[in-house]
Amino acid sequence: MITARYHREVPQRYRLEAGKCTKCGYVAFPPRLVCPKCSTKKFKPIVLKDEGKIITYTVIRVGPDKFSKETPYAIGIIELNDKLRLTAQIAGVVDFEKLKIGQKVKLVFRKIQDDGKAGIHMYGYKAVLA
Amino acid sequence: MRDVVVIGAGMTKFGELWGKSIKDIFVEAALKAIEDAGVKQIDSMYVGAMSSGLFVGQEHLGAVMADYLGVTPIPATHVESACASGGVSFRQAYLEVASGASDIVLAGGVEKMTDGADVTEALATAADQEYEVYQGVTFPGLYAMIAHAHMKEFGTTRKQLAAVAVKNHRNGAKNPNAQFRSEITIDQVLNATMVSDPFGLLDCSPVSDGAAAVIVTTMEMAKKLKKKPIKVIASAQASDTIALHSRPSITTIGSVVNAAKKAYKMAGLKPSDIDLCEVHDCFTIAEIVVSEDLGFFKKGEGGKAAEKGLTAIGGKIPINTSGGLKSKGHPVGATGIAQIIELYEQLNGKAGDRQVKGARIGMAQNMGGSGASCVIHILEGGK
Ligand SMILES: CC(C)(COP(=O)(O)OP(=O)(O)OC[C@H]1O[C@@H](n2cnc3c(N)ncnc32)[C@H](O)[C@@H]1OP(=O)(O)O)[C@@H](O)C(=O)NCCC(=O)NCCS
Ligand SMILES: [Zn+2]
Repeated sequence: MITARYHREVPQRYRLEAGKCTKCGYVAFPPRLVCPKCSTKKFKPIVLKDEGKIITYTVIRVGPDKFSKETPYAIGIIELNDKLRLTAQIAGVVDFEKLKIGQKVKLVFRKIQDDGKAGIHMYGYKAVLA
Repeated sequence: MRDVVVIGAGMTKFGELWGKSIKDIFVEAALKAIEDAGVKQIDSMYVGAMSSGLFVGQEHLGAVMADYLGVTPIPATHVESACASGGVSFRQAYLEVASGASDIVLAGGVEKMTDGADVTEALATAADQEYEVYQGVTFPGLYAMIAHAHMKEFGTTRKQLAAVAVKNHRNGAKNPNAQFRSEITIDQVLNATMVSDPFGLLDCSPVSDGAAAVIVTTMEMAKKLKKKPIKVIASAQASDTIALHSRPSITTIGSVVNAAKKAYKMAGLKPSDIDLCEVHDCFTIAEIVVSEDLGFFKKGEGGKAAEKGLTAIGGKIPINTSGGLKSKGHPVGATGIAQIIELYEQLNGKAGDRQVKGARIGMAQNMGGSGASCVIHILEGGK
């Protein structure tokens, strides 16, 4: 990935920073310039809850080349306790057969990818079973 | 707006076309369409393609194809809407003729996916690069998450998913342009190598090369050329959030619901008026969800309907008589046009062994990404 883009996104990826619409309360993660629900342009910064549950998931067994070292891996849509949904890998799963929709998870800080051959490590959030 | 009709169609075989370049296959399909329509010239052309830059390192496809088709200096435009690029290309041609800006327009689509690029990574650019793909999501993965949610919410089973693949291979076996012309069994689908749980290899559309093109024009021109016109009675398009996780429901595709609502209204029809439908079955679950969102079955009943054979030729609503993306192949940019070609053949009564008897009204549903774009057309044959 292009490193400029990566650095631009660090506040969201490292600190789970989102924007809350001051008018209707819509939570935008990543932050947005305009609210898709009410068109307001004013947001106040908030930090997301790091606990939630699995809404749906899959186990990726044919992955992109850059994830070849960790394939197969589990990934899912996680709903945090403040109702915000995001996509994250579900790390540390020993038995994929036991993964279930509704399981409680916690977001943790982990390495996600390496960029290029000499490249920088790129970090972010992954979910682990609570 | 003027009435718009389809008067010619042409496509390459879909599959691994290693000996041919992206230009070769597009021009082959376009020449066939022009010959089928019997026109001497075209006024304008559209080329739908998702990612020729990543797949073969070539962009600027409008000009590239106009040049190799030998039709410069006519306007030639590349249209991109991920896997819906072909359907959107057709809609642009429709609008250009309907508006009166042009009389004869070629709508084409092409993709050359087997030339060595990291296909999984290239396809993933149709999802949210920063918040889905970064985490490791793939296209099979996104639809697999839809499948798990549908299984949990409605009790849909892997066997019901498999029924979609088996039916589409049965239809595709009768289509000379299909990539996989072999019938398969439920057990083969269930026992295939896993790609992304709950999908095995045979729940997925393949990686393909191919091109397709049609000629659209006015009703008057069709009469002048003595062509049986296949009329476009609805053209509708809708968008939704780019990320699957941003949608209120994982088991309904909002862009399909919204585009369908507009399309039915424009044509003055309801789901039960449709004689056959080509849907975007990039993965088995997609056909099930879309068959519900188009109103053919109640929400949650799509899996059972597939298992009961209601979507087979001769069933309540024949879906993907061409073999669908699953068996016919899915060169992404060409897919939306190939769907229109299946309707064109069916409504002309020229679909051979796959013919739906008495077919008069056909629908084509083409979508991009995990459903962030959807484009729907309804075509009507002569009485
Ligand atoms: C499913 C997928 C990962 C399989 O790719 P793969 O693991 O590289 O498989 P291979 O190319 O090695 O194929 C293995 C065999 O299965 C066959 N095959 C591959 N895909 C197939 C499919 N979808 N259906 C039926 N047979 C298939 C191949 O022809 C090959 O047969 P052979 O051994 O007789 O030559 C790949 O087809 C894919 O990514 N599909 C999804 C495409 C997609 O996402 N499109 C966009 C949708 S929105
Ligand atoms: Zn708001």
